[in-house]
Amino acid sequence: MLIQCKVRRFNPTVDKKPYFSTYQVEAEPTDRVLDMLNTIKWELDGTLTYRRSCAHGVCGSDAMRINGRNRLACKVLVRDIGNKMTIEPMMGFTVLRDLVVDMEPFFEKYKAVKPYLINDNPAPVTERLQSPEELEAYDDTTKCILCAACTTACPPFWSNPDFVGPAALVNAHRFIFDSRDKAGAERADVISSREGVWRCRTVFNCTDACPRGIQVTNAMEEVKRKLLYDRA
Amino acid sequence: MSLAERAIQRRPGTNFELWSWYYFRISGVLLLFLALGHVYIMHIATPIEQVDYAFVAARYARPFWRTYDLVLLLLAMSHGVNGMRLIIHDYVRPRGWRVFAHSVLYSAALIFTVLGALVILTFQPVET
Repeated sequence: MLIQCKVRRFNPTVDKKPYFSTYQVEAEPTDRVLDMLNTIKWELDGTLTYRRSCAHGVCGSDAMRINGRNRLACKVLVRDIGNKMTIEPMMGFTVLRDLVVDMEPFFEKYKAVKPYLINDNPAPVTERLQSPEELEAYDDTTKCILCAACTTACPPFWSNPDFVGPAALVNAHRFIFDSRDKAGAERADVISSREGVWRCRTVFNCTDACPRGIQVTNAMEEVKRKLLYDRA
Repeated sequence: MSLAERAIQRRPGTNFELWSWYYFRISGVLLLFLALGHVYIMHIATPIEQVDYAFVAARYARPFWRTYDLVLLLLAMSHGVNGMRLIIHDYVRPRGWRVFAHSVLYSAALIFTVLGALVILTFQPVET
């Protein structure tokens, strides 16, 4: 099928303002959007710049805005989008070039929630045993691949870049609800701060955007309730 | 220091946003009943031509309705101001504009709350 693909372009060393380039691309309906971008780059316009790495929905490099919705280009088929496509970089970050954005502020916030197991108790002889129910409490949020699709789909984040954002909160959830973790209070200081979880307006864009199907909004509501119960 | 860390350090250890969030839920549920009750009494149960000075005076002869209206006023104002405060935080980023917006919001809130409470608490029926 012939696809009319509009891509938002910007090269800060040359362009004053972003602009759209339109390409006519021949693609199979079962091609992924990433394949189509590759066709553009390899055959039509070598200057088009985007991130991709594993191309199988695991590394989280190629999150972008496809027809207004954040998707991984490697996980969405051309036939599911249609023959008219508009591709833009994720919103809310500085565009470095074309579809490549500066992810540093995103990772800063990720680091701020201490996304690692903290437990200073001496390690037991065997493992720190966990029941299936204890695992169930945070299993969903272990699936995050840090693609930033959720955070950059979040309207409160668009208008307020200080908001820690859904991705950092999902990763906080993963450890807050882990029975082996002992740093709940440390993390609570970060996520309950002014720019923490309370900036969430339950828009649900994050849940829609997550390529891993994480119930992002639900996770944030669980974090809010836990903060309330712990501090009340 | 990262952006997020700076944002956190500005207000360390306060639970203000937590209580604001919780208050939203509680006041919202209460307002649902109080506001719908108000609409029902004033606009549905009573024909509009009967809602006049005498009707209000008769209602305000009883402390129950004064309390009802005062609670409704305080909840509606605080719930609404809390919402506006968050909208300003979300959308008004430049510091100067934010101070201006907050000033307008809190001034208006204060004026309307005082005015409303004054009427509810000091209303004396006048023979007509």
